Amino acid sequence: MLLGAGSLAGTLLFRRRLARRRERVDVYFGDGSMVSLAKPDETEPLLRRARQILELAGQEPLS
Amino acid sequence: MDVAAALERLREISSQVRAAVIFERGGKVVGSTLADEERAKQVAEEAEALLREAEQRSDRPDGGDFAQLEVALQAGSVFVVRDGERLIAATSPPEPTVGLVFYDLKSCLRELETPAPKKRQPAKRKPATRVKKTDAKS
Repeated sequence: MLLGAGSLAGTLLFRRRLARRRERVDVYFGDGSMVSLAKPDETEPLLRRARQILELAGQEPLS
Repeated sequence: MDVAAALERLREISSQVRAAVIFERGGKVVGSTLADEERAKQVAEEAEALLREAEQRSDRPDGGDFAQLEVALQAGSVFVVRDGERLIAATSPPEPTVGLVFYDLKSCLRELETPAPKKRQPAKRKPATRVKKTDAKS
């Protein structure tokens, strides 16, 4: 019983962490609304540009 | 506040922002934390293109004004924030505190509009005037 509950909790935590790590684009508007793009076909071109920006910026620390 | 001072302040307050480029619509770089100007220009161009594509894809019927965006990648996050005609593109490590990064970037842009506080001049002392003591008796 205890083992079952532990395993369920572990699975939920793992899935939650995995979902948080999913690549996505969140766009916020002036009126406070937000659109989250997560479908691969609509996000892929944006993710490619963002990867390019990360590469150009070189992940150099500010200080 | 000038751009260099605003970026310096961003450096002080934000531990999550790794690199930042301030630019105007059209891709003109106003200031950057990157040492290489050419790279800063490329970042501004890519960020502008990213913004354009995100606006098109977000498919809002009323065409609402863009305020900010975050692209979360496994290698890190890319942020673009707008304030008037100025924009700032920034990068951070993976899983940043998104709200805090947006706040710091917005503050950085807003500080550009406000004039730097003038240093107060030390108040000049009025030279003491000596009053000649007059003899009350005379």
